[in-house]
Amino acid sequence: MNIFNLQELQRLVIFLGRRLFQSVFVLFGLSILIFLLSRVLPGDPARTALGARAPEETVQRLREHMRLDEPLIEQYRFWLFNALQGDLGDSLVSRRPVVDDVRDFLPATMELVLLSGLISAVGGITLGTLSARHKDTWVDNIVRVLSYLGVVIPAFIVAIFLLLLFASNLPINLGFTEFELDWFPSIGRLSSGVERPPTVTGMFTIDALLAGQFATFLDALHHLILPAIALSLGSMAQEARITRSTMSDNLTKDYIAAERALGIPERTVMGRFLLKPSLIPTVSIFGLDFAANISNAFLVEIIFNWPGISRYASRAMLRKDLNAIAAVVLILGVTFIFANILVDLVVGILDPRIRLRGARSD
Amino acid sequence: MTTQALVKGQVYEQEVEELKRIQRQNRRDSFGRAWYKFSANKLSVIGLIMVVTVILLAIFAPLAAPYPNHVKPFVDYNNDKAAPSAQNIFGTDQFGRDILSRVIYGFRFSLMMGAVVLTLVVPTGVCMGMVAGYYQGTIIDTVIMRITDVFLSVPPLILALAIASILEPNLTTSMIAVSAMWWPWYARLVYGLSSALRTEYFVSSAETIGASTWHILFREILPNMVSPILTKMSLDMGWVIIIGSMLSFLGLGVQEPQPGLGTMISKGKDYLPDQWWISIFPALAIVMVVLGFNLLGDGLRDLLSAEEV
Repeated sequence: MNIFNLQELQRLVIFLGRRLFQSVFVLFGLSILIFLLSRVLPGDPARTALGARAPEETVQRLREHMRLDEPLIEQYRFWLFNALQGDLGDSLVSRRPVVDDVRDFLPATMELVLLSGLISAVGGITLGTLSARHKDTWVDNIVRVLSYLGVVIPAFIVAIFLLLLFASNLPINLGFTEFELDWFPSIGRLSSGVERPPTVTGMFTIDALLAGQFATFLDALHHLILPAIALSLGSMAQEARITRSTMSDNLTKDYIAAERALGIPERTVMGRFLLKPSLIPTVSIFGLDFAANISNAFLVEIIFNWPGISRYASRAMLRKDLNAIAAVVLILGVTFIFANILVDLVVGILDPRIRLRGARSD
Repeated sequence: MTTQALVKGQVYEQEVEELKRIQRQNRRDSFGRAWYKFSANKLSVIGLIMVVTVILLAIFAPLAAPYPNHVKPFVDYNNDKAAPSAQNIFGTDQFGRDILSRVIYGFRFSLMMGAVVLTLVVPTGVCMGMVAGYYQGTIIDTVIMRITDVFLSVPPLILALAIASILEPNLTTSMIAVSAMWWPWYARLVYGLSSALRTEYFVSSAETIGASTWHILFREILPNMVSPILTKMSLDMGWVIIIGSMLSFLGLGVQEPQPGLGTMISKGKDYLPDQWWISIFPALAIVMVVLGFNLLGDGLRDLLSAEEV
């Protein structure tokens, strides 16, 4: 599709507008859900926040600050009003505004999730295409077995195995030879002694590139790559399976036979006419994969000691830090909603039928 | 006259007997055919064997586990972190407890998690989706499906984590938390099915003769959705067990000294890489359970969808 065509662009904008409008309602519902979650706790949220030893007047002050004496609707209005201004309260673990904490920890997670998304998209589509092209050969069989295992084995177990194999000094004994594959670091985002690149996005790899510190970039990437692979295998397998099945379906379609009969080179048939329609189902599950990656990141970050939002959140959860929990759920929910809109947009660009349906005012 | 009636009665009873026999035979035949189709795929049979093994081990855990007392508070620092050997096939953990025994008991928690969550989730999700689908386009549809959208707008594990963390961390609350995030998936599946079925002739005929809504929903629509729901259930069993073990791993599920598989991995990961067996064997146990349920579920899906056609 030609995005520079005015009419097409207009349709796309309408499509996007409708999706954004719909997501406002979902966001509103989400805010109610999160607010209720942070208020259903039996007992007094102010007392919980300050601990058993805090003096009564301090608790009373917080209670008034959180408007806990007023009706629930009034509390929600106040909470939403603050949330819209970016004030989600203070964390009781770090004693700082949770928004600041999130700003510190979220980029590390996003870096991990984005790289793993990239790996899984490239790997999944390549494997799926290979598998469909060489259907029912050994290539296909290997890809199918691997992708089945990839779907079934949860990411945190993959992470433990990868850590053990590639990031530890555990000798691997094959009977005739013994070796260790201590290739990757197993802790943190940078080696000790390497300085943090100046913060722009908070993602060390990108920041280092922006600052032109190539050595720092390589070190950051070296730390990033193993957890990202651990995170990506599940969605890679999923995408490979879907690409394989749509592509082998499409291979039997008449238009492919017609193009081959016309003598169009196999490369062009595969790359231009087959790949694009076959990618639509694959792209449309990216949104779900993104959600799965964020969920799995919770455990992979703990295994690799990765200082991201998930580690922050799981600590907050174990200590019942309500403001932090609410903030993390809200922010990940919002990210997920926008990721889904982005996915819909890409699907719309790939598939004219969906674009038209979305722009129609029915 | 009386003899005639008697003979008639006998003949009638004989016919009924004969019919019943044929029915039984048919049922046996169709079961045989189903089993034949199912067992044609060796992977499905392997899945079935894995699942049956796990279930049997879980039921007979006190007999199957070599050291049943190691799942209770127990320490033996003379034999802690021992590598796999003839006495402890999977080795021992940081308190000297036999890992094989704990893994076998761990299956109990995993299966209980899956069974309880599905029992809570399926009726809820199915009812919600079925009602919303039948009343498609009305306010009931809008309310139910918008609530579903909200639940689906949060990455699933995050919602479960938030709920589990607000309640007390233990097996029961983790079951509640997983159920709270899982029902919308059934609601969405069933919504699609029932909104398609509601325009079918048998539904509109039932409406015409004045059948109650209850009858239409549960006697006309529901029976036609059973096989996709069953297929999803058998595949979901594995996923629920994974999510449960993830919650346990994060400290929000089964608590020590109870042997949850996720809990064991979480405690054991501190001893990587040197005492790898403490976390790797529970991890392999989870892989086995999930692989078994998935292979079985795939087999069932092939079977049920083939019978539908």
